[in-house]
Amino acid sequence: MNRRSSANLILCIAILTSTLSVSCSRKSTPEQLPKPAAFGTAIVESSGGKQIAQTGALLPQPLVVQVNDEQGNAVVGALIEFQAAPGVAFDPANGLTDASGQLTTNVTLGGMAGRYQITAFTTDKSRKRVELKIEEIALGYQQTLGSYLNTQYCDRCHNPESTVERVSNYDNLDVKPHPFSEGDTLNQMSDADLTAIISHGGPALSKSALMPAWGATLSKSDIQALISYIRAVSDPASRAAGPVYGRN
Amino acid sequence: MKQKLTSLWQTLFGDSVRAFGVISVVFLFSIAIAPAKNHFSEWRYYQHGYLKMIRNRSDANTLQRHFEGGIQQIWLPELGVVDRCTSCHVGMKEAGLTDVSTQPFPPHPVIPHKLDQFGCAVCHRGQGAATTASEAHNSTLAGEQPILPAKYIESSCGECHRGSLPGTPVLNQGRYLLSRYGCVNCHTVKLPDGSTMKASDDPPSLSHIADKSSREWLYAWLKDPKAYASTATMPNFKLSDNDARDISTFLVANSTPLPGDSVTLSAKPSSDPAAGASLYGESFCASCHAVQNAAGNIVGGNVGPELTKIGSKVKPEWLQAWLRNPRNYDPGTAMPHYRFNDGQVATLSTFLLAKTDSDLLANVHLDAPTPEQIVHGKHLVSDYACASCHEIAGIKKPENFAPELSQIGSKSITQLIFLPGMPHTLPDYIAGKIKQPRAFSPGLRMPQYSFTSPQIDSLTTALLALNEYSTTLPASLTVPAVAESNYQPAGKAGMLMLDLACFSCHRINGQGGDMAPDLTWEGSSVQREWLVQFFRNPGTLRPALIRRMPRFNLTDGEANELTDYIMTVYQNPSVDRDSLPLSGYSRGEIELGKQLFYGKYACQGCHIVDTKTDKGYIGPTLAHVGSRLTAAWIYRWMKNPQALRPGTIEPNRAMSDEDASAITAFLISQKGGPTKEIAKK
Repeated sequence: MNRRSSANLILCIAILTSTLSVSCSRKSTPEQLPKPAAFGTAIVESSGGKQIAQTGALLPQPLVVQVNDEQGNAVVGALIEFQAAPGVAFDPANGLTDASGQLTTNVTLGGMAGRYQITAFTTDKSRKRVELKIEEIALGYQQTLGSYLNTQYCDRCHNPESTVERVSNYDNLDVKPHPFSEGDTLNQMSDADLTAIISHGGPALSKSALMPAWGATLSKSDIQALISYIRAVSDPASRAAGPVYGRN
Repeated sequence: MKQKLTSLWQTLFGDSVRAFGVISVVFLFSIAIAPAKNHFSEWRYYQHGYLKMIRNRSDANTLQRHFEGGIQQIWLPELGVVDRCTSCHVGMKEAGLTDVSTQPFPPHPVIPHKLDQFGCAVCHRGQGAATTASEAHNSTLAGEQPILPAKYIESSCGECHRGSLPGTPVLNQGRYLLSRYGCVNCHTVKLPDGSTMKASDDPPSLSHIADKSSREWLYAWLKDPKAYASTATMPNFKLSDNDARDISTFLVANSTPLPGDSVTLSAKPSSDPAAGASLYGESFCASCHAVQNAAGNIVGGNVGPELTKIGSKVKPEWLQAWLRNPRNYDPGTAMPHYRFNDGQVATLSTFLLAKTDSDLLANVHLDAPTPEQIVHGKHLVSDYACASCHEIAGIKKPENFAPELSQIGSKSITQLIFLPGMPHTLPDYIAGKIKQPRAFSPGLRMPQYSFTSPQIDSLTTALLALNEYSTTLPASLTVPAVAESNYQPAGKAGMLMLDLACFSCHRINGQGGDMAPDLTWEGSSVQREWLVQFFRNPGTLRPALIRRMPRFNLTDGEANELTDYIMTVYQNPSVDRDSLPLSGYSRGEIELGKQLFYGKYACQGCHIVDTKTDKGYIGPTLAHVGSRLTAAWIYRWMKNPQALRPGTIEPNRAMSDEDASAITAFLISQKGGPTKEIAKK
């Protein structure tokens, strides 16, 4: 009788612990993913990469990626999932490609300034993962201030693109200024060089006098803000742009 | 079973020594709980992690020296700050750790304030005194606020900074929208400085609306303003067909005719079919009014209403009267009184009236107006507080129609009713309310706006800045906004300036728009002859600008009146107009100035002097600047442009007196332009 009741007791305890552990475990059931109707072999970016927005903000344009097969034709109904560092939000975070083989998602950046690496992935027929990495740029306070100063003082000459509202002066200059995205050139220059050229004009580094001296117009912290903006938007990325936030 | 328990009791508490031993052990364990809890605390875990991380870095020694273990606290009694965040966020002040991306170790991004000055929760909210991450970041217990999501962080800047800041575009935009979309017409917003936020949407008076528009158009507009103009400021009140019909019936019945609202023109429109479009272009209507082009893009300014379908909205005779003198219908309008002749009025109105949308009113068939409709319409107009925004004869502007928002940013979440599935935080509530105001309960009257997600975020940011904290801050910390002055020009010229709506584009003495140059010191800046000529025929000073000064067809008397006033009143005390001559500079000095202009200072990057070779497109053309500006102004401008016009993008080149004199001599020698013809007369 003793043996039987102790066996019962053990059974009871076992049931209790298992229910407790199941009910208390934090892991929720995994999100139901849509079932892919087709598989591709490659995933490519259609648009929406390398955008610039403030930290925590929605990117101005949605991110559009496309799944292709071996011949490079778009695949309809392939499953794509998006992943990124904590704090980055996708709407939607996964889905099937539409009739043109594309999936569009709205991306909200995380709260830290820097570059955010977004991974978009799909699986091929053999369930092997195929991924694409895309970077987006988040501006913190200092870079946002720099961005404002850029629009106010620099952009008209340093940005070759004209808009209806704002005609670029780039083409009118005999010596062409460097667009701030031109990382190949600007990453070679130290912060001290950039400070010198902004404060004292082009001739400070034996460059064109068409770049005027801004040292009596902009404050030291303004110039620092501008440099941090230039570092943030350079392509290829500058080391001074800070860490890349990937999936961890 | 019983036997077993008895034997266990015997083993543990059989005699006093055993009992003492067992109780001691239990006691020992229980007093060990507190130190053990401390030992395994979260902040200790993070501090260990931090030390482990910095161990292998090249700057390990410096970092180690800066490191202080244990609970860290920033205590600022005058701000009510007790923040222990730096216990886990160990590397906050270490600028050298910018390459670290693992939370909670990265340094704080560069901001204009020091951590020790304000602490953390002042800006980030959350529970500063908590010592666990979940409690500090996420607690919503007892009305506590969780940490502020990054997209709203600029609201914290707005607690102290009452004006716009270059580094806070989201907050600036939110404040602009609150006033531009007339939110503050219904919701009172008292600012911490005691003033009340004013709306800038300028909704039209409806007291004479029947002169202007038909009952059918009013109905279509009330049903969906966006169907008429995609840029409409008016939100959608989601009215039923009958309600929209009754309101439009009431407004038409309530409207009184205004003398002068129907004119008979003495001239016919121009026979040239392109004349209307070119008059529209020449008059720079597009500086203020937008039109949707064939590609669906909105092109033009947003000072006045969109004109894409204006022909479906206004009655021809009203439009003609308006074009002749808009101030007759709306004395406070931002539209200038253009002084068009009857032929121009006819041409322009024909051009505008052709901008129609046949679909807009195609399906609007209203029953004949009845007295019941009028009574019901009047009732609805009060019910929806139409008079909060619009002037309506016989209806008083309601007071406190909607909840006051002066301290919405510190509203306790225990007082809020959330929608199902909505996170229980204040920002989510505010954003949700703006997005779908009527979803929160049936019978709510707040209309549906069509803000984009970023606009909702910026409005939420601006509203979160309106909190109790901002009113209790020490006065020394607050940075007041630069208030718009209530400057009014005096006399006959002043009346003329108001009639021409100069302030819609120009700023003078801290009042007015920013589309065109600030004219506060215009009298010191320009030569009299040039200004008279400019009023008659405004030329282009900046080739790249699409918004330019229109021609107002001023009479000679009016042009002289305005010029005299500007030359006398808008004088800068530091610029003596007559201190430098307008001619007579030596050839050598002019030549030196030219060399400096093209060489050392490379001014041709932005300005054009020689129209054949120079291409600079940013600053005004200087080809005939010697006939336009005074030498004294050019000299002072060379020395310090920002002192004369704060915010101008011309850099201060810190010129020596000699360089500034030489460049002045060179520029003042650039004579010519239309003024020459006057000189001949």
